[in-house]
Amino acid sequence: MTGKNETWVYAEQKAGHASKATLQLLGKAVELGKETGSPTVCVLVGSGAQGVPRELAAYGASKVYVVDDPRLELYQSEAYASVVAGLVKEHCPEIFLFAATDVGEDLAPRVAAKVGTGLTAHCIDLRIEKRDGVPLLHQTVPAWGGGMRIDIVCPKHRPQMATVKPGVFDLPVPKSDSNAEVVDVPAQLNEKHFRARTIEVKEEAQRETPLTEADAVVAVGWGAYSLGGIQCPQELAEAVCGTLAGTRPMVDSGWIPPDRMVGQSGKVVSSRLFISLGASGAMHFTSGFERAKFVVAVDQNPKAPIFQVADIGIVGDLREVLPCLTEEIKKQKSSKG
Amino acid sequence: MDIVVCIKQVPDPEHFSKIVLDAKTKLVRREGIPVVVNQVDKHALEAALQIREKFSGRVTVISMGPPQAREAIEEAFAMGADGGVLLSDRAFAGADSLTTAYTLAQAIKKFSPFDLILLGNETADSGTRQVAPQLAEFLDVPHVTNVRTIGFNSGDTLIVERSMENGHMKIEVRLPAVLAVNRTINEPRIPSVIDIMQVATKEIKVCGLADLGLSSEDVGLVGSPTQMANLFESRRERRREILDGAAVTAARQAVERLRELNAL
Ligand SMILES: Cc1cc2nc3c(=O)[nH]c(=O)nc-3n(C[C@H](O)[C@H](O)[C@H](O)COP(=O)(O)OP(=O)(O)OC[C@H]3O[C@@H](n4cnc5c(N)ncnc54)[C@H](O)[C@@H]3O)c2cc1C
Ligand SMILES: Cc1cc2nc3c(=O)[nH]c(=O)nc-3n(C[C@H](O)[C@H](O)[C@H](O)COP(=O)(O)OP(=O)(O)OC[C@H]3O[C@@H](n4cnc5c(N)ncnc54)[C@H](O)[C@@H]3O)c2cc1C
Repeated sequence: MTGKNETWVYAEQKAGHASKATLQLLGKAVELGKETGSPTVCVLVGSGAQGVPRELAAYGASKVYVVDDPRLELYQSEAYASVVAGLVKEHCPEIFLFAATDVGEDLAPRVAAKVGTGLTAHCIDLRIEKRDGVPLLHQTVPAWGGGMRIDIVCPKHRPQMATVKPGVFDLPVPKSDSNAEVVDVPAQLNEKHFRARTIEVKEEAQRETPLTEADAVVAVGWGAYSLGGIQCPQELAEAVCGTLAGTRPMVDSGWIPPDRMVGQSGKVVSSRLFISLGASGAMHFTSGFERAKFVVAVDQNPKAPIFQVADIGIVGDLREVLPCLTEEIKKQKSSKG
Repeated sequence: MDIVVCIKQVPDPEHFSKIVLDAKTKLVRREGIPVVVNQVDKHALEAALQIREKFSGRVTVISMGPPQAREAIEEAFAMGADGGVLLSDRAFAGADSLTTAYTLAQAIKKFSPFDLILLGNETADSGTRQVAPQLAEFLDVPHVTNVRTIGFNSGDTLIVERSMENGHMKIEVRLPAVLAVNRTINEPRIPSVIDIMQVATKEIKVCGLADLGLSSEDVGLVGSPTQMANLFESRRERRREILDGAAVTAARQAVERLRELNAL
């Protein structure tokens, strides 16, 4: 099947607005499209999201396929996968991007399996490179070893599919005068598509600022285990008016809740200040704060790769450095008034 | 109730800092790195064992990996699994998530009638979180990922809760189905000495490409749509100012610099 030279983005929406992650992806899709000469197309599935296509247009979509059906008001894994894969089979785009969210991470793999193509998870960068004159999507993910990355490609199957965490790409500047062609697509569904049926979605009130929005983040690594508890890092987080987060080992050991993990499989932050306490600096972790403005790292190992990605590195034992650091910051803040 | 649990053997996360990717083959160099059962897969097995204890039935574990992965199945035997299938063949190596799911699905179709298939939500060593939905697609059954509770409704339906970023979803699932669980679902049991002695009485069925009747074109690296391309080093440029004096001095200097940079 010869496909269309199009770049697709799966559009997530909530309360009548496209998600920020969708808009970030759109920005990237438009950039990729400039290199391949392909228009950007969105797929929007749900119920009653009339205003969203206009918003998607402002961020660069030139066409939006809308599947609007009351049965799709809540995310339904099989039904969504079926309508999305149906569209892919009909139009066969070159590239199809999903946000790596609750919905995107669940939906994209099933769509990829229905279509029989590859899917790259949790990309930290996307770019086009030509291979034998053919543009190929290079999908970068962290590799083992500090600073190492690897590109994954999908040379023979289409679309080239990838998921990307919210916050990896910039939010583009909207153009209010843009228009997109809106194509209404009927949902062809039967009982079988609801063998798993979402009956309720319950949102719990958020206690703290989401990590992705935090102005300052203090992240503890496995080295913070030596502190015997999170009180000291928490105190530093409070002193910088920031949010406490951690590396995967700290999440796995229960010190830090799962939604506070920074990194490739966790959150991508773009805080003004990022302080890393006792993390060695694996690429899977450091890719989560590449967009932070200032990075401070404390580690007792002077050779730890974390120092390569820090503006200011303090070599020392956390048990000694952390209390001093917190005290100095408090002093600084109080002198500022 | 027939339950299949998919488990993967992975390098021990405590030794991750020693792992490198081979620049030529793009494969993980894991010589000398100890291996363990992917932690959350034990939670999947625990969930299966609890269901078996409640409703009776049979729990079969299945793993695709090198011959060494039999240790993972033995560990599952010690926890209480009844049967084990090891998919091991050079041709299976280098599979991406699609091909892994495809191969697991073919083996399950062939050897393991099932009402329920349980997986971990993600592996520690590549963690794509893609295998469960893809396995369900190949078996033409529904799936739910990130499951934190499993409840039994009437007859052949379950009510499961799926963790979300900001809350949870309640989903009614008709069996047979594929569920990927997260670590909040339970605490895996620790096998006793007697359990461990039981391991020798259970047999692992080892299958290769020919046993599954598959073509080498459809499995492993060759059958995988995704490929590893260039491995490279790249970092965002930072100041990299290192302070290695006494703690008090270093902390003061750091805060001084942060103030100068307007970072506080
Ligand atoms: C596919 C995949 C995805 C992953 N995703 C993520 C992710 O999203 N987020 C993530 O964090 N990880 C992720 N990881 C894991 C990642 O590769 C690393 O294993 C992990 O980030 C290491 O965590 P750490 O730095 O806390 O621990 P370690 O690497 O063990 O580092 C601990 C550090 O603490 C220092 N230290 C020890 N004691 C002290 C002390 N008293 N004072 C000062 N310093 C001390 C040590 O010198 C060392 O540098 C992923 C891995 C894979 C394979
Ligand atoms: C650096 C790196 C990046 C990669 N990126 C991608 C990528 O973007 N896309 C891609 O398709 N592949 C990728 N792969 C390949 C991927 O590691 C394999 O496909 C792997 O066999 C299955 O994926 P997973 O470990 O991510 O499984 P996940 O989907 O994270 O695992 C979920 C569950 O599936 C079960 N399971 C997984 N593997 C097995 C197995 N072998 N036997 C039995 N049960 C199993 C377990 O219950 C597990 O908890 C990557 C590999 C590396 C080294």
